[in-house]
Amino acid sequence: MSDGKLITLRQIQAGQSGVVAYIEGGHGLVNRLNALGIRPGKRITKVSSMLMHGPVTIQLDSTQVAIGFGMANKIIVKLD
Amino acid sequence: MKILLMGNPNVGKSAIFSRLTGVHAIVSNYPGTTVGYIHGFMKLEGETAEVIDVPGTYTLEPTSEAERIASQMLETGDIVINVVNATNLERNLYLTLQLLERNIPVIVALNIWDDTKHRGIHIDLGKLEELLGVPVVPTIGVTGQGIKELVESIPRATSPQIPPQSRDERWATIGNIIDQVQRITHRHHTWLERLEDASVKPLTGVIIALAVLAVTFLVVRFISESLISYVLDPLFNSLWAPVILRLSDLLGGSEFLHDIIIGKIAGGEINFVESFGLLTTGLYVPLAMVLPYIVSFYLVLGVLEDAGYLPRLAVLMDTIMHRLGLHGYAIIPTMLGLGCNVPAILATRILESKRERFIAATLISIAIPCASLQAMIFGLVGQYGGQYVAIVYGTLFIAWVILGIIFNRMVRGFSPELLIEMPPYRLPRWRTSLQKLWFRVYGFLAEAIPIILGAVLITNILYIFGVFNAIANFTAPVVTGLFGLPKEAVTALVIGFLRKDVALGMLAPLVLTAKQLVVGSVVLAMFFPCIATFVVLVRELGVIGMLKSAGIMITAALITGGILNLIL
Repeated sequence: MSDGKLITLRQIQAGQSGVVAYIEGGHGLVNRLNALGIRPGKRITKVSSMLMHGPVTIQLDSTQVAIGFGMANKIIVKLD
Repeated sequence: MKILLMGNPNVGKSAIFSRLTGVHAIVSNYPGTTVGYIHGFMKLEGETAEVIDVPGTYTLEPTSEAERIASQMLETGDIVINVVNATNLERNLYLTLQLLERNIPVIVALNIWDDTKHRGIHIDLGKLEELLGVPVVPTIGVTGQGIKELVESIPRATSPQIPPQSRDERWATIGNIIDQVQRITHRHHTWLERLEDASVKPLTGVIIALAVLAVTFLVVRFISESLISYVLDPLFNSLWAPVILRLSDLLGGSEFLHDIIIGKIAGGEINFVESFGLLTTGLYVPLAMVLPYIVSFYLVLGVLEDAGYLPRLAVLMDTIMHRLGLHGYAIIPTMLGLGCNVPAILATRILESKRERFIAATLISIAIPCASLQAMIFGLVGQYGGQYVAIVYGTLFIAWVILGIIFNRMVRGFSPELLIEMPPYRLPRWRTSLQKLWFRVYGFLAEAIPIILGAVLITNILYIFGVFNAIANFTAPVVTGLFGLPKEAVTALVIGFLRKDVALGMLAPLVLTAKQLVVGSVVLAMFFPCIATFVVLVRELGVIGMLKSAGIMITAALITGGILNLIL
């Protein structure tokens, strides 16, 4: 697989894991994601994404979080 | 003394609140169940302390309206019980650290403690207490375990006032704490977790959603129809009818009183829907027609809420809801609206922007019929056949979609994106679900019956004094000309401002055709909110917002009613 490749959360396949590298967004977005524990260095696994620009669901620790399409495009992940 | 219950969304604050105070707070399994200010009292060392169930917040740097309210409330408290989800310690500790920086005594309730065992999570309580510097008590809010210990520990609450840290420093501190106190052993996925994943995948998600909606519909119908046919109708017809007939004889002399209390009796038989007296229609509509739907709808809704399904439905509906100017989470207030529009409009507070709240509240008021109205639609329109009921629902759905699309283009402001934590699936606990059901049913009985009786009374008085005739003649061009209804039907629209269930019942004696009843039901549903909904709309949208919303409702009802009259 593509080792250590930087890719948006949107582009990852369901079932793939990686570590959040950075968030390409303003202060507000970074804050909101941070509050949910989504921050650089955090390990996540993509569970699914809905069709037609639907939300992406990820697993982090023991919880799942659903993230809108636009936001998911701004979360850059370093693949395993 | 003021005790604040604070913690992340959906960690069980409301369950602990109910245990501490005995005040019933609605407990569900999704983030944002508590949107308002709920408080109660408890005895603490012989004194009365006020307890406040603060809406869930992830951080004290507010990122949403609910979080802004939460951090404001913090200023007013004397002690914080920080409710922490033991199965998600790392994320929850972020708020804990922020609280420890403040000058307020804190005690940590490590809730959902029972789930840690089968999730393979081991937490060293003593170590955690030592590192945080405040008491830590494991609790299971829904069963009440650990609540006694929690109360006993409240006097030990302290404020370590650790030096303020930056975001990254806090996460580093948390990482350090987690390394020392938490150990996770590997375990296999449970079937509930597999179902969680399947529910948010495109194909399986849609199949599950359709199955859930179909089962919901069938169960609601089955329970309510059974209650009506086998319990309530027999009760009214064989026990209550003789009492009313006897009373009718006794009242025989006074026509005025007879009209108001019993209404019209034709040929010695009582028609409970049409007679329109306080003790006939005034009791039959709420108890024998609406109550069965209230019970069955809230039973099923409660199970869906407690199982944790609704946020997954939100993920599935997100793309569609974006076309309507909303995002997926708006499906939760919408589903609540199928029960009653009042809590639904309050629940629109879980949406982030003013624009979304306006759109969601207006769409709910126009196109989401409450359980009371639906019960009457099934009861009256259903007599002509299921296809007519389907036309009513289909029309409301189309109106919902079209209005949403228009709002999405016309209403200014921005609609943020979906960002929600998915609660784990849980098997509902019957005790909690039934308690919640009783709470909601009681709420219906206490609030609806007085208004229904009032509506029946006012209707009779307005008839007797000829006021309705005057209104009917005045509005005849619209009611008859546009909607194709007899001019007297306007009385239903007027009384609809009090209760829509009674109002729809007023159409029954007019001997309408199926088509007219369909038009009447749709117009009644859309035209204007009932008084209870009206009050919360004014409160949530402001007077200007309400005026705009009402203008849209009336216009939409006129257009839809007119079109239905033309094409049916």
